[in-house]
Amino acid sequence: MSRFDDDGAGPGPVLQVDDLRVWYGTPRGPVRAVDGLNLTVARGESVGLVGESGCGKSTLGRGIVGLLPPGTGIDGEVRFADRNLVGLPPAALRDIRGPGIGLIFQEPMTRLNPLLRISDHFAETIRAHESGVGRKEIRARSLEALRGMGIPPTRFDHYPHEFSGGMRQRIMIALVLVLRPALVIADEPTTSLDVLVEAQILSILADLRANFDTGLLLITHNLGIIAEACDRVAVMYAGRLAEVGYAREVFAEPAHPYTQALLASTISLRTTELSYIPGAPPDLADPPPGCRFHPRCQKAMRQCAQHEPIPVRTASGEVTCWLHGPSNGQSPVDLEPLVREELRSADEA
Amino acid sequence: MPTKPEASTQSGTPTQRDALVEVRDLQVHFAIRGGVLGRLAGRSVGAVKAVDGVSFTLHRGEVLGLVGESGSGKTTLSRALLGLVPATGGSIRYAGTEITGRSERSLRPMRSKMQMVFQDPHAALNPAMDIATAIAHPLRIHGAAKGRADIDNRVRAALERVGLSPPEQFMAKYPGDLSGGQKQRAVLARAIMLGPELLVADEPVSMLDMSVRAKILDLMIELRRALDLTYIYITHDLATAKFFCDTIAIMYLGRIVEIGPAEQIYAAPQHPYTKALLAAIPEPDPTREVPRNLPRGEIPDAAVPPLGCAFHPRCPVAFDRCGWESRDLRTLLEQHWLELPVEQYNAERAVLGDLDRLDAPATEVVVPAARGHSGADVADLLRTVRDAHPDEVFWQGVAGTEVLADGVRVLFHQGTDPRLRSTNRDGVRAACLLHDSE
Repeated sequence: MSRFDDDGAGPGPVLQVDDLRVWYGTPRGPVRAVDGLNLTVARGESVGLVGESGCGKSTLGRGIVGLLPPGTGIDGEVRFADRNLVGLPPAALRDIRGPGIGLIFQEPMTRLNPLLRISDHFAETIRAHESGVGRKEIRARSLEALRGMGIPPTRFDHYPHEFSGGMRQRIMIALVLVLRPALVIADEPTTSLDVLVEAQILSILADLRANFDTGLLLITHNLGIIAEACDRVAVMYAGRLAEVGYAREVFAEPAHPYTQALLASTISLRTTELSYIPGAPPDLADPPPGCRFHPRCQKAMRQCAQHEPIPVRTASGEVTCWLHGPSNGQSPVDLEPLVREELRSADEA
Repeated sequence: MPTKPEASTQSGTPTQRDALVEVRDLQVHFAIRGGVLGRLAGRSVGAVKAVDGVSFTLHRGEVLGLVGESGSGKTTLSRALLGLVPATGGSIRYAGTEITGRSERSLRPMRSKMQMVFQDPHAALNPAMDIATAIAHPLRIHGAAKGRADIDNRVRAALERVGLSPPEQFMAKYPGDLSGGQKQRAVLARAIMLGPELLVADEPVSMLDMSVRAKILDLMIELRRALDLTYIYITHDLATAKFFCDTIAIMYLGRIVEIGPAEQIYAAPQHPYTKALLAAIPEPDPTREVPRNLPRGEIPDAAVPPLGCAFHPRCPVAFDRCGWESRDLRTLLEQHWLELPVEQYNAERAVLGDLDRLDAPATEVVVPAARGHSGADVADLLRTVRDAHPDEVFWQGVAGTEVLADGVRVLFHQGTDPRLRSTNRDGVRAACLLHDSE
């Protein structure tokens, strides 16, 4: 069992992010990549985090585990195993990464050391985090983890170049799971893979919770991937959550216009006409006032440009949009459609 | 052969259904050279058949989708069409002119008629070159402009055409200042600069955000209409191809395995590989799951392709004639061991000798016993494996076994390499033994 497994005993969330802020210093002022964000991942639950490039998804994923570049500001709370990870010294964070929170990145081609056999990768990973593990146990645990990913035991002593891209990504996942983390953060884990291999990896990720009781935070820009592998979905826009809820409900009835637009722009076989979101995510050094999505929102009202929306509970989560209230104190003028100039494609992504 | 290839395209009025590109039995093989000595002697130890006997006709104004996974040869095929890699066999005729075997120098004038758009717009633009210079580059290289004013006007027009307007706002910018979608627009502007007839787009939207893909596809459709372009759209994603392509060609390991009108292919895919590619596309609908019986594994090594049908090791509907062989036996053993506890795997593995003996493609192979074990032990093990999954299609491919003193000889049925044949769907041809009426 991992040291982190039973620390926060009970059915509570394995990860709780509270009012997290992450900002990068630039000559134009701070870029607020994550700006007051709340999110929980329950034990064994998989949560998909979706949004366009530049919405702060990857910064959030890295901020949770303290993997931000030097000089980045971070504030708020990341509760994991009864500790607040924000402000922990680097050595303590290093102890948590791996056995506590595992990380899967894209580009499996570049993440394995070409000079080390797969068996060496496992030995190094296990020894770095657990002392006094014998060779026999390392082998047994590694083979078990690889088996879960469909890598045959006969290939244990092979080198990375002897595996295909999809197999390497499965080896990466096995390397993460061999430490039995309570939470896995996967940042675009299938982006450089082919459709068929992507489907294989997705079914592995979807099975994580059943087979390992591991929490998963899956970061992607493709809603199709989230539908395949996640219980809940969190839609992120300009450093904040636009909407969060059970995947089935959010996909069936998206409450936020941004979620609706993202769904409409996802190209799948059932798509009947091409649709896209006008404009591009805002510059986070100088985000628009009011609701940050209002300049691109088809349903924007006058108040959206002036007042920040307040999170409202939905059937299974939360949505932050004036269309869903609260409806106290607005004058009828506030609810009139927002008049604005046409967006030029020049401003578009 | 005309020295000026443009001559042939100017003569005759191009009707919509004129053939623009005719590819016949095209081969692009890359020789693999062995060790240092072999290299010095110029010996070749084999070849990667990146494109292996591909034929199709692309009509003017048509959009052809070349679809397949990485390693299927779709990118090599498109590069060969532009003369960027030399063909090792077959013929490519562009507007009636043969382009295989021509020198780089004689190809260059033709390139103004055929342009390419690459997958990664970040890599396709020089980060130290501003957008106006980058887009004007083709004009300078081909000497197609008359002075600064002309270049300036044409750059502005191209930027407007791809939706980067007002142009002044972009001409002095560097690629680093633009978003991914804007960069891909700039790349498209550069591609249309010389007034091409054919645009080869290699995964033009796969590096882009979902919210931007539709915009770039829309732009490409709009350019097709406005500039009367013919496209080759290369992708691994049948969902985006659906919106764009008239004809779909599915490639696998250097061959076209299915080709036909797009609407037919989407309505009723004939090849098991096409069916799998379609089934694997994730739908933004949590109530539907991608089927779990998708092809296992990945595209095999093109240097030593599977015997028989190249897709048979992954095919969910393969049968005895599909080309079962020694390497499939190894895969089967490894799959079997995946299901066993480590101790049992260790015990079973100890019965067998060097499994690398199974790695050379052959329809007859001896599964060796380890030292201290006999052929009868190996036969027992194979029986155990078979009993674990008696319905495994692999066993249909086994013609017989013979127990030797130090191993078991396994004989396979001779496989058949399927050729593209007509199916019962209008205009669709597929290379699958299921469609081989025999």
